[in-house]
Amino acid sequence: MTQNKGVSGSVSLAMCGSGGAGVMTAANMLLDAAAEAGYYALFGRSSGPQIRGGEAAAIVRLSPEPVTSVDDTTEILLAIDWQNVQRFAAELPLDKNSVIITDPTQGEVPEVMAKSGARIVELHMKDLAKEIPGGRPNMIALGAVAQLIGLSVDVVCEVLGQSLKKKRADAYEASVAAVKKGAEAALSMGTTKQLGKLAGEPAKRWSITGNEAAALGAVRGGVRFCAAYPITPATEILEYLSSALPKVGGTFVQAEDELASINMCIGGSFGGAASITATSGPGLSLMIEALGMATASETPVVVVDVQRGGPSTGIPTKSEQSDLNIALYGLHGDGPHLVVAPNSIGDCLMTTQWAVHLAEMTQTPCIVLSDQSLGQSRTIMPVPADVAFVGKRLTVTEALPEGQVYKRYANTASGVSPMAIPGTLGCQYTADGLEHTETGLPSSQANDHSTQQDKRLRKLTGFEYGDLWATVEGEGDIAVMCWGSCVGAAREAIARAAADGVKARLIAPRLLYPTRPDVMAKALAGVKKVLVVELSHLGQFHRYLKGEYDLPAEIQQIKRGGPLPIRPNEIHSRLLSMGK
Amino acid sequence: MTESNCAITYSAKDYKSETKPVWCPGCGDYSVLSSITKAFADLNLEPHKTSVVSGIGCSSRIPAYTTTYGFHTIHGRALVVGAGLKLARPDMTVLVAGGDGDGFSIGGNHFLHACRRNVDMTYVVMDNRVYGMTKGQPSPTTEPDWDASAMAPPGGTGMTPFNPLAIALAAGANFVARCFSGDPNGTAAVIAEAIKHPGFSFVAVMSPCITFREEQREWKNVVRPSPVDSTTDAAQAAKRLMTDDGFNMGILYRGARVPYSPKGAGQATIGDLEAEFAL
Repeated sequence: MTQNKGVSGSVSLAMCGSGGAGVMTAANMLLDAAAEAGYYALFGRSSGPQIRGGEAAAIVRLSPEPVTSVDDTTEILLAIDWQNVQRFAAELPLDKNSVIITDPTQGEVPEVMAKSGARIVELHMKDLAKEIPGGRPNMIALGAVAQLIGLSVDVVCEVLGQSLKKKRADAYEASVAAVKKGAEAALSMGTTKQLGKLAGEPAKRWSITGNEAAALGAVRGGVRFCAAYPITPATEILEYLSSALPKVGGTFVQAEDELASINMCIGGSFGGAASITATSGPGLSLMIEALGMATASETPVVVVDVQRGGPSTGIPTKSEQSDLNIALYGLHGDGPHLVVAPNSIGDCLMTTQWAVHLAEMTQTPCIVLSDQSLGQSRTIMPVPADVAFVGKRLTVTEALPEGQVYKRYANTASGVSPMAIPGTLGCQYTADGLEHTETGLPSSQANDHSTQQDKRLRKLTGFEYGDLWATVEGEGDIAVMCWGSCVGAAREAIARAAADGVKARLIAPRLLYPTRPDVMAKALAGVKKVLVVELSHLGQFHRYLKGEYDLPAEIQQIKRGGPLPIRPNEIHSRLLSMGK
Repeated sequence: MTESNCAITYSAKDYKSETKPVWCPGCGDYSVLSSITKAFADLNLEPHKTSVVSGIGCSSRIPAYTTTYGFHTIHGRALVVGAGLKLARPDMTVLVAGGDGDGFSIGGNHFLHACRRNVDMTYVVMDNRVYGMTKGQPSPTTEPDWDASAMAPPGGTGMTPFNPLAIALAAGANFVARCFSGDPNGTAAVIAEAIKHPGFSFVAVMSPCITFREEQREWKNVVRPSPVDSTTDAAQAAKRLMTDDGFNMGILYRGARVPYSPKGAGQATIGDLEAEFAL
């Protein structure tokens, strides 16, 4: 199979070991060194169920060009020891071009991995480390991996110096010696795939996780209030905001549960502060009633759902795209609201910032559907664009003329009514989840209900979303339709298929609700076949597309539940068969 | 409309809206509404800098009957919406109001955490020991043998009633009082004290539901002012609450905990935050 030019120079590798083996430390050093040298990267981790310690796998893809997807296989799998590492077998696909690096004193290569046909190479990490006072096997591993992929060992040592030299001079010297010894040992291991050369000087880049990016995007969008309850895999958003918000004069509250967190956010937003909370599926389930109130009372609020495997407690530490239904259709009553989805780690920033903007502009709640593989993975990426979205709510800025009654829910042309922020003189009103008149008084009258329903929907359908509603790329009569974390793999697969002479386009909505039938029709113009790709066992996205849009008759699907990501080769091979 | 003028003196009627309450004739909540508006007037609070937040139930209809900012939220969530408002806007006076079902059943967890979080706001519960809006089911404060409800088993629920004041005290509330709606002036004075008191102040008002609990008409004959003054000693207050018959009125406890106030004062720029991620 041909790889597209953009990522042909990438190397995918994994470092595994039991708790305390220092796998994550070594992988982080490798990432830092690659960053220092000017490369781009994706970095994910997988670990066992233990709270602390236990086996862990660092899964890294390094590249001279930006990367947003995992690759098909793992080129180098290094295990400092093999305790329970077979648990990661499904997450670390190997083939005959892969190399497994094993310390023969630390157990046998598990059968499930050995049978892949990968070349097995021995590296006595433990014994080599013992030859250096204070030396550790993980640093031997780091040196060997850097040498194998062609990453400068000098840069690795430079990075070690930045983190260790000042604090622990002895540890620094031992680590440098171990890295050099590992690199030397790797010289006799034969060749593996080399990291591609950088074209020109290193670009300016950022190192950020999807959860950090979402949180930063929220603050950039104007969020100054967050109340939240910890939940895997969203907690890093809250950890970031708990320190960042006070720095910008904002407020962070740890609430007693998700019911409290969303309702505190609604209270804060009623008070005029752009507000956000973050959670995962179980928390979103608890928040749904309050999101209905935010819709009815027209109180903007943003909820980031970092999806994990479901239903129920499901698989808290791993990814899935199965909260689409509840995000779109979970509210009781007819409650039009916004649902958006970032399509890469870096896009978590822009999309969350946009979500704040949309929520504030339309005075409507917005759910951001991220997922574990975006949220908890780190990327080294190009510096994000400085988008100008800052939540701007239409408020009452001038005193009303004498005798005029303030209508909080005035039936305006756009549907958006000026909101009086408490403290505004003469505009006191009661926000209500009960259906109401234009002034906010409770009403069960049919005409008030239809007026307010029309108004709430009109705010969303009449809004100008611009090009951000979807990522639409390429041409051809085949369209790959996907969303969220599947977009990176789809993009890579489409590029490979193009190299094989099969043209396909990518249509990935960032705005999932409200739907955009007109612009979708344009994006689909000329498309004869559709391939819908998603990480949902029930095919929720497929059902959504079929229910909300007019699609061509021939539709194929790649769908399954998490936690294993959909890789480019699955989509690529399907595109080749569809293109025949 | 003129700008805010400190010289304005407000009276109770300035806080009452023209909206007619949905309550039954004789409901205790009318008096509690009067007490709240009188307390606002006694403190001369500016209506636009004051907010009444409620949940769901008969008494939770109260925001629309005032002229302050209001939020009629969803069942059980008044305290957390109110806390969010106060934490985002410390300059606002926030009064949360509701009933026993809203506050102690569906909202029970928030009640506990509101007491321990100690946000500077006041919680007025109109306790009639029944769900009125759904036509008379037992609530957490209903007597165990009350069975005049289609949903209660013969002989009553048999469950020990929730003791809101003792629980508030145990959970860390900074001000605990019990009032009777039949004494609107006394109730107004206590609510005013509660609003003035820093931190979370809890005022349980016995507010009869004569529609579904006609026997509560008798309350006026059994309530009495507390024979002892309020205390700052939580242990003494606890002993009093666990041993009284539930009909002693007045302020029972005043604590000195510092209110919870997490709003940051930092002046960092977005650029400062972004710099942390740049390589």
